[in-house]
Amino acid sequence: MLEIRNLAVKLADEDKQIINGLSLTVKNGEVAAIMGPNGSGKSTLSYVVSGKEDYEVTGGDILIDGESVLEMDATERANNGLFLAFQYPIEIPGVATMTFLKAALNAQARARGEKELQTPEFMKRVREAAKKLGIDQDMLKRPLNVGFSGGEKKRMEILQMALLQPKLAILDETDSGLDIDALRIVADGVNALRAPDRAILVITHYQRLLDYIKPDTVHVMARGRIVKTGGPELALELEKHGYRDFVGEAA
Amino acid sequence: MGELKQVRTDAEAALIAAWDRAPAQADWRKAAFARFAMAGLPHRRIESWHYTDLRGLLRTALPTRAPDSAAVEGARARLAALRIGAATRLVVLDGAFRPDLSDMDALPEGVAVQSLAAALVADDIVSLLAPKGLGDDDSIVALNAAMMQDGVVVRIAPGAVVERNIALVTLMSGGAPHAAFVRSLVDVGAGARARIVEIADSPVAEIQSHDALVLRVGEGAELEHVAHVGYEGAGAMQLHSLLATLQRDATFNSFCLVADGGLVRRQIFAHLDGERATLGLRGLSLLRGREHADTTLVVDHALPYGVSREFYRHILDGEATGVYQGQVCVRQHAQKTDGAMKSQALVLAEGAAMYNKPELEIFADDVVCGHGATVGQLDEDQIFYLQARGLPRAEAEALLLEAFANEAIDFVTDETLRDIFAQEAREWLARRVAERRP
Repeated sequence: MLEIRNLAVKLADEDKQIINGLSLTVKNGEVAAIMGPNGSGKSTLSYVVSGKEDYEVTGGDILIDGESVLEMDATERANNGLFLAFQYPIEIPGVATMTFLKAALNAQARARGEKELQTPEFMKRVREAAKKLGIDQDMLKRPLNVGFSGGEKKRMEILQMALLQPKLAILDETDSGLDIDALRIVADGVNALRAPDRAILVITHYQRLLDYIKPDTVHVMARGRIVKTGGPELALELEKHGYRDFVGEAA
Repeated sequence: MGELKQVRTDAEAALIAAWDRAPAQADWRKAAFARFAMAGLPHRRIESWHYTDLRGLLRTALPTRAPDSAAVEGARARLAALRIGAATRLVVLDGAFRPDLSDMDALPEGVAVQSLAAALVADDIVSLLAPKGLGDDDSIVALNAAMMQDGVVVRIAPGAVVERNIALVTLMSGGAPHAAFVRSLVDVGAGARARIVEIADSPVAEIQSHDALVLRVGEGAELEHVAHVGYEGAGAMQLHSLLATLQRDATFNSFCLVADGGLVRRQIFAHLDGERATLGLRGLSLLRGREHADTTLVVDHALPYGVSREFYRHILDGEATGVYQGQVCVRQHAQKTDGAMKSQALVLAEGAAMYNKPELEIFADDVVCGHGATVGQLDEDQIFYLQARGLPRAEAEALLLEAFANEAIDFVTDETLRDIFAQEAREWLARRVAERRP
């Protein structure tokens, strides 16, 4: 479960406030969507929750399963079950995707005091998960995200999520750069992870993704805070009328 | 009665012939010494040595020494422990070629080997040993010519395809600090193919190694050179000059790993002396502590349709200094030259420094040449991405550094050598993590 209480965030090395008193709760078993115009602070929110150091939290708190994560670095948050699917997955030249996946799974297993996976079991899990997402074996041998198409990168994010089985997943603009087929594959991947003990937060600019990943709740974000909360119908309303009303409300 | 004709034995004839030829090499060595004596040790006002002030860095010149029998046995043991994969080993110990330590009875077909000393007596090889225009004005190349004790001369017959690696192993024996001067020659005949592996090893840190390797890659021949330069230990110094001539349609690729070694200067002079010659110079330097490693290249495109690639990477930690100077000259006749040079460095500590100096001099008008040089730190976005997947920061850094190193090592085509180098890089990085742990 994710709880954000009255969060205020500025850029670390600039006096620029990006998030202003944002409060949000995503319960276990819930799929919540955040929608909002460009520049409303959606991506910043995902980075701040994940522990990126370019930002400074000046007020409020972020809790995962009731525990504040503000003092944790990105590694500890990940090992506590947080997963961020990046809007722009980072290319890591020279690191084979398979090597990376193993390093990530082993690091999380070690951090939780669990046993590292044996290679055959690891390979089996990766192959099964990759197959569902239409990721071929060749891609797993290539350096992580290097030369991948937009769709391939997004599928790779979902593959990682499927393997790491997080308690809380944040998907940042996972639909951007996807054609309709890729969108369906990615959405199927996310839907497969819906579970009573997992919270999922989907950040998106367009309503389109929400046709495939049906949210339980929809929040509208503008100017660094949540300005409206409703059910799935709110997304359709936004699609019809745009964000203008909300940007106005927030001002 | 007719005049009696003196009958000479073969040995006598050879000795007399050697005397006749001696002035040529004696003159060459004398002239080289005169050049060194005039110039002295290179210093910061000599442009090509600007970042490696040898006059300031080299406080004492150590004496050379002949190994005793214990040293030879010690060398034999270390030879067995060297990580070079399967190879025909040709061993120089303390400056002298040692057939007794070398795999002389297992020379591949088409490969002839003799000591430099023997070759100097038997043939006039001065023009081969001192190719014109390669390092002529470098006083360390001159010093090597004047002082060289011995070396290996490897001749690969035209058309020979040598599958087994040929390893030039330069060993120093233990005991008191000492120096060695070695010059070796590899002459690859037309259309031949071979791979030379070069490695240096010493049980003691305090040594000075002056090495020159002269390569001639004949018409249409292919030579790969894989070197591990640098002796372990802060007191070690290695000055290594590679003088390479590529004839028409020849291909020469060289990769050099510099890991450890107090002071390393590696200079490559390469001359593309025939049309359509292809040259690849690549390397990786892993430096820490107060190590100083300088890689300086002078690539001379003399004739058309030449291709040259230079690719160097440095990882610098502690108070180490890395130097890369790459000078590519494309002469007026060398039209259609295709050249690309890249030097990238990661500086991990505030006390470390990297000097990058790529230089293109182009006198032909129809060429494609470019260069890029970067010095930076690890990418924070990449580190964050890996941390967001659960990797601790130190582990994320190690993974990125290993990848950075491996992208250079991947140029080594021999799988065994590539694995050995990758393993060395891993060990180097692991030491780094271990040393930083409180």
